[in-house]
Amino acid sequence: MLDNLNLLALAPVLNIQILLDGIFIGAIFALAAYGLALVWGVMNVKNLAQGEFVIMGGYIAWYVGTLGIHPLFGLPISIVVMFAFGWVTYKLIIARVVEKDMFISLLATFGMAIVIQQALNLAFGPEIQIADSGLPTHSFKALGGSFTVAEIKFYSFLICCFLAAAVIAFMKKSRMGQAIRATAQDARAAKVMGIDTEQVFAFTYALNAAICGAAGVMISMIWVIQPFYGITHSIRSFVIVTAAGFGNLPGVITAAFGLGIAEQYGGFILGAELQQATVVGMLLFVLMWRQLQMRRHRQAVQ
Amino acid sequence: MRHLTKWTLAAVASVALVGVSTDANAACEELVLGSAISFTGKYSTNGIHAKNGYDIAAKRINEMGGVKIGDKCYNFTIKYYDDESTPARTAQLLERLIKQDGVKYFLGPYSSATTKAAAPVVEKYKIPMIEAEGASRSLFNKGYKYLFAVLSTSEQYLASSIALAAEVAKKNGKDPSSVKVAMAFENDPFSLDVRAGVVDDVKKHGLKIVIDDKLPRDLSDMSATLTKVKAVKPDLLVVSGHSKGAATAARQIKELQIDTPMIAMTHCESAKIVKKFGAATNGFLCPTQWAETLSYKDKYFGTAAEYDTLFKKTFDGYKNVPYQAAQASAAVLVWKDAFERAQSLDTEKVREAIAATDMKTFYGNIKFSKAGNNIAKPMVLRQIQDGKYNVVAPSEWASHKVVHPRKAQ
Repeated sequence: MLDNLNLLALAPVLNIQILLDGIFIGAIFALAAYGLALVWGVMNVKNLAQGEFVIMGGYIAWYVGTLGIHPLFGLPISIVVMFAFGWVTYKLIIARVVEKDMFISLLATFGMAIVIQQALNLAFGPEIQIADSGLPTHSFKALGGSFTVAEIKFYSFLICCFLAAAVIAFMKKSRMGQAIRATAQDARAAKVMGIDTEQVFAFTYALNAAICGAAGVMISMIWVIQPFYGITHSIRSFVIVTAAGFGNLPGVITAAFGLGIAEQYGGFILGAELQQATVVGMLLFVLMWRQLQMRRHRQAVQ
Repeated sequence: MRHLTKWTLAAVASVALVGVSTDANAACEELVLGSAISFTGKYSTNGIHAKNGYDIAAKRINEMGGVKIGDKCYNFTIKYYDDESTPARTAQLLERLIKQDGVKYFLGPYSSATTKAAAPVVEKYKIPMIEAEGASRSLFNKGYKYLFAVLSTSEQYLASSIALAAEVAKKNGKDPSSVKVAMAFENDPFSLDVRAGVVDDVKKHGLKIVIDDKLPRDLSDMSATLTKVKAVKPDLLVVSGHSKGAATAARQIKELQIDTPMIAMTHCESAKIVKKFGAATNGFLCPTQWAETLSYKDKYFGTAAEYDTLFKKTFDGYKNVPYQAAQASAAVLVWKDAFERAQSLDTEKVREAIAATDMKTFYGNIKFSKAGNNIAKPMVLRQIQDGKYNVVAPSEWASHKVVHPRKAQ
């Protein structure tokens, strides 16, 4: 561990590499996590199939790639297909559990996750797949060393920023966005005001699936996909949302970047075996800190 | 109720897939080998490769007159069940094969995990099993008596790359102790076995380990480890983490422009890294149990190359014959050999005959240690040279020379 810290001090350019990798990957985490926060906040459904939606998006990009089309064109296709998929699953499954207690919706989404995994496995087989962007990697010199930036990571970052901005604008300006925010604040009051909350729920869930699908397209071009790899993405989303709190988009984005960077530094300094332990450890710390904060708060109220 | 029976029947029918080898010699009796193997689930691709390997060998033996015991002859039939890639299911189905179907001779499942579940069952019922697809060394330190494996165990997978690195260093007039090794292994039983073999050989040849990272099972990003590799500039990088490890490593080695002169990793073929990453994979060293260019041969299939041709002719859709299929075929050959040497169908006598096996096959030599693993066949190391896998070690069977340092592109 000390060797690795020493290495960072000796070759400061490594910090640039780690920070960049962390930020690029954090941007994609932010997308999936924001989708989760949305569904969680608006419908109080904790979607355990979040990672599977991401992987589905990945398979769409991969499939588009096998047809000889650049996988980046999978992005709009993935958004549309996943939106439709989200809408249908909402009507078929989630609509029946959204009013029930938390465990029913947890079970339902967990079941969906398993079904999606197995369906992907049957359809595409258990092999590891990647979508190849064919974009080059560039090497830069700085601080007496060199670091690399893969073009695809940079473009993914830009796309994530654009999508996030689009979602924020949509939430602020459009009628549906306002309805979603109203429903998140108080579903019953929103209903009384004439908002069709059923429609809002369906739209929110579909929007989440579409966002995940977009994240998946990028994941398949940067990492690897396989029918059973969704769970990692679900866990990351949960960690981010738990740390940031839902309904807090800047928080989600900060937490996602923090998580991306922490993962990279954790992997570098403590070794890859503790890469994810670092993240979970940080979550624990955040939760404890919050708890203490809230205790103070509660005492003040008394 | 009627519905229920109908569904149960349908479920049973879909579970019980019974394979029957054709071209049987009509005068011969049937001799049933049993196997619970993965047709669905995460091991299904390789499970089906193994099944094809079993089938082609059974067919070939039957065509050549079957198994001769005394003045009787027998045709191999293989009874399969799908274990859905779940170890618990493997164990259940083996019990079913023993108790309900009365099968007394087994071929192995696919993967170390399912074989681990199978071993206690065959031990309990004293049914010999010749397996071809479970390489974990933990299978062979439990004192199992009825489990035999034709393949090399996993700690041998990358060990030869260490010897090769030491050899190259000596040839270049360098001391092996100056050779720096970076290791990245997934934290799972298979890769940790591979790691144990590598660490042993590093000690034996006096090399130096500079990075020793263990990748969590659910991690598909190793850029932190590779950034470290870039900084400490090792002479050899070894990676093992199934297909995911190979695909992730190949992708990120390309992306981070890692120029380590020697890189060795498992699962190059199953991850299809050449097809996916092209010239960036040039010079990678990949271990394999078997390659069709090796000079092994036997009387059933001829040379390794002839097996390759026959296999491609029999089964559609194979560009390369996976070693998983070749070793499965070898397991069936061992069964035939053992039955004929035992001259009996008694499981105890056949078990003794299997234990005494010492034969040459197209897949390599087969001789079992007391623990049941094959000690007569070394692991082969191939190097990716211009998109082709060429055997470069061990040198007795090598068809090509190793390219060092690899040309990073």
